[in-house]
Amino acid sequence: MENKSALTVEGLTKYYNSFLAVDHIHFQVRRGEIFGFLGPNGAGKTTTIRMLCGLITPSDGKANIMGFDIQKETVEVKRRIGVVPEISNLYEELTSFENLVFMGQLYGVPKSHLGKRAEELIQLIRLEGKKDALFSALSKGMKRNLTIAAALVHDPPLIFLDEPTSGLDVVNSRNLRTMIRQFNQRGTTIFLTTHNIEEANLLCHRIAVIVKGKIIAVDTPEALKKSVQEKSMVELGMENPNLPDLLDSIKAFDGVDTVSRRQGRFVIGFKGGPPWGSFLQYLQERGVSVTSVNTLQPTLEDAFVKITGLDREIMMMEKEGKKG
Amino acid sequence: MMISKELKAIYFISLKDIKSYYFKPPNISWGIIFPMAMALAFYLRNPTKMIDLIPGLLGMTILFGSTSMEAVVITFERRLGSFERLLLAPVSLAGVLMGKIIGGAFFGFIVACAVLIASLFVFSFPNFDLIRLVPSLVLSSMAFSALGGFISVAVKEVFEAQTLANLFRFPMIFLSGVFIPIETLPLPVRVISYLLPLTYSAESLRNSLLIPRNIVPYWVSIFVLAAFSLALYWMSVKVLKKRLG
Repeated sequence: MENKSALTVEGLTKYYNSFLAVDHIHFQVRRGEIFGFLGPNGAGKTTTIRMLCGLITPSDGKANIMGFDIQKETVEVKRRIGVVPEISNLYEELTSFENLVFMGQLYGVPKSHLGKRAEELIQLIRLEGKKDALFSALSKGMKRNLTIAAALVHDPPLIFLDEPTSGLDVVNSRNLRTMIRQFNQRGTTIFLTTHNIEEANLLCHRIAVIVKGKIIAVDTPEALKKSVQEKSMVELGMENPNLPDLLDSIKAFDGVDTVSRRQGRFVIGFKGGPPWGSFLQYLQERGVSVTSVNTLQPTLEDAFVKITGLDREIMMMEKEGKKG
Repeated sequence: MMISKELKAIYFISLKDIKSYYFKPPNISWGIIFPMAMALAFYLRNPTKMIDLIPGLLGMTILFGSTSMEAVVITFERRLGSFERLLLAPVSLAGVLMGKIIGGAFFGFIVACAVLIASLFVFSFPNFDLIRLVPSLVLSSMAFSALGGFISVAVKEVFEAQTLANLFRFPMIFLSGVFIPIETLPLPVRVISYLLPLTYSAESLRNSLLIPRNIVPYWVSIFVLAAFSLALYWMSVKVLKKRLG
């Protein structure tokens, strides 16, 4: 029977002396999915990726990639993965083309295919004009794309992307996300670590949330959002929002849990489903005329804050995200 | 199949280093000019004994040729992050280090060959034993390149690597019988001489060039050079493994 799992992690743990960086984590990545590994800085994302890629040895637990044990069959694992580290780290003194050829040589790509493969990848990342330019002379976005191309040179079934859009501008980030979706559509499984919630929301089929070395949730973005939806949130627009005591009047309605004002509109949280008939009549009796109604869904960020309780850290993550 | 893939990767790592780092003008000049300058200084002092200096000079050329870049290349690549590319590739850590060490050894060997050919013309050696000479040059190159590799993995910064390399190299010039015969050194210093790989490199080369001033038999020198190569290589793998966690 074909193994449907690209990656299985069981109790993986990493200590740096007495510091517990990754704490007995369990999860599975299915073949063909984009799996997000979401967490704030220092949560253990990069340590996990480095263990899975064979760069550091786990203190405990085990994992297998495409059926190969990461510790006992490290070389076989490395043949089946492509890794894009957070830092674009190809050889500065080699050209774009030479870097891809060298990587292909290391991965045992046959000489007869290597030149063609390198050319194809250069076309894919739209770097034809910089084929013979030294890596050191490329822009940050180009370096990132070439590092991704280098991870694809041996056509691996699983790619690890560590904070792929970190430090890129909006256009380059968007292009990169499109490229990631294209790779996935061709059947490549993607393991993506990010601290960018929106990126995880846009790209991933499933997400694992890691905080302080522990995985605290694994699910689809939609399911994670639903899991934190305890009440129905609606946003009402009104013709006359400045009526005296309106906020208190709404709050006094039986079934309303929370009310707040947001730029002339009212955001109302109902316990359970909103009783529309009686609620609109209640407003009408008080001279309020409703002009618009929006049902609000929780965002992945709401879910993240609720699941992790890391409101302050979220702010830090947002700032980081805006840097690029 | 696996071994063949590993060997190919080792070959490509060496080839890349040779092209990118070794046969560049600054490295060639450091590998050749420094030993030449030292030899010239001794020649001007005592021109008649120059022929006796050639084996030690060759050993020193290999020492500087192999270590000058090898001692910094891994540290440099680790700083830039590009060394991680090699660690991510389907090659063992031992294979990656072997590729690095062979690159340095090849450069040391080629530079020594160039100096040797020049010396043969200038000093017209009456005889030399090629069968003994080739293992001497190869094992000296491997031992010194492994020393460079060990230095490179033992430190974090490039300047630390350069300092540590000089700490090993400069005492060796004066304690390994290159310029001053070991038998004339005081006993405690002589003990140190016997712990240095350059002593055995110079001895094996003296034997190969049929210069009658030997204190260590040829096969002993060859065995000790091989042991140095393996021990330094093994230590480099262990240290790097520990550093990577």
